[in-house]
Amino acid sequence: MLVSVYRYNPDVDDAPYMQDIHIDIPGGKDIMVLDLLQLLKDKDPSLGYRRSCREGVCGSDGMNMNGKNGLACITPLSAVVKKDKLVLRPLPGLPVIRDLVIDMSQFYAQYEKIKPYLINDSAPPAIERLQSPEERAELDGLYECILCACCSTACPSFWWNPDKFIGPSGLLQAYRFLADSRDNAQEERLADLDDPFSVFRCHGIMNCVSVCPKGLNPTKAIGKIRKLLLQRAT
Amino acid sequence: MVTNVTSFGRSGLYDWMIQRVTAVVLLAYTLFIVGYLLLTPDLDFNQWNSLFENIAMRIFSLMLVLSFAAHAWIGLWCVTTDYIPMTGLRFLVQSVTGFMTFVYVTWAIQVIWGI
Repeated sequence: MLVSVYRYNPDVDDAPYMQDIHIDIPGGKDIMVLDLLQLLKDKDPSLGYRRSCREGVCGSDGMNMNGKNGLACITPLSAVVKKDKLVLRPLPGLPVIRDLVIDMSQFYAQYEKIKPYLINDSAPPAIERLQSPEERAELDGLYECILCACCSTACPSFWWNPDKFIGPSGLLQAYRFLADSRDNAQEERLADLDDPFSVFRCHGIMNCVSVCPKGLNPTKAIGKIRKLLLQRAT
Repeated sequence: MVTNVTSFGRSGLYDWMIQRVTAVVLLAYTLFIVGYLLLTPDLDFNQWNSLFENIAMRIFSLMLVLSFAAHAWIGLWCVTTDYIPMTGLRFLVQSVTGFMTFVYVTWAIQVIWGI
């Protein structure tokens, strides 16, 4: 099959280019894209990409495969290859450090903005703050985010305003803390979000939902944040 | 919080709510006019004229014009802040948009109340 890989090494190259590599998959098996990258790296050790757990938990190997963002380690070739060709690019919208490795600083800066930790200024109980099973269930579909950035880098609003729009990943996390019964900084959190960019730059096109490798729904969480903002203001 | 002085109401929630409320007005007016045209197949100038002479229709039409202006401003403000990263050019385009919106609103008021 033919693999076309985005290559850019700022120390050597003047501009990024696409490198076409013909490769035979051993035994014609349906391997994961990450395994294919390892085969490519065996051929050309200068190819750069991030990877760690190789089982969809660490979120390191987010990349754009034939036009769709996803995690290389849990995406089988059969799910993305079309006409025996695969185009691999870094996640779109963020600066490229080298080849498939991107600079995620802006993504993390947005995550930091939403204060991703419990804030509770009441006196702590002797052992721990308890939650009922129902309160705990509120966090399902929110806490599972692994910060791979597949969703935020699939979002045009984040492409155009990565410094102002929190992005689907950050907003999913924002709602994760707004919905937590042990957190009592809801007012402060909502006040930080009520501007024309942070939340409201989302126009609900749901690219985030279609690419999330964990099957989460940031658009739904953003809708719930809007509802909380509306309740707070009316 | 991200601040921006050129947005419609400074608050994201306020802009969002205004855009939805004005969308309902635009829909209601469209449905009314389409319905009126369908239910009045032999429409002549006098009927059309008397429809717009009615004070209720004038109020409805003015509501449409103001809703359209607010809706368009919020929408175009989003487009300009997305696609024009150069501050000077963006401000210029927003100023022209604001000026044209004002001209159209004033002109529309003259049309509606001048019948």
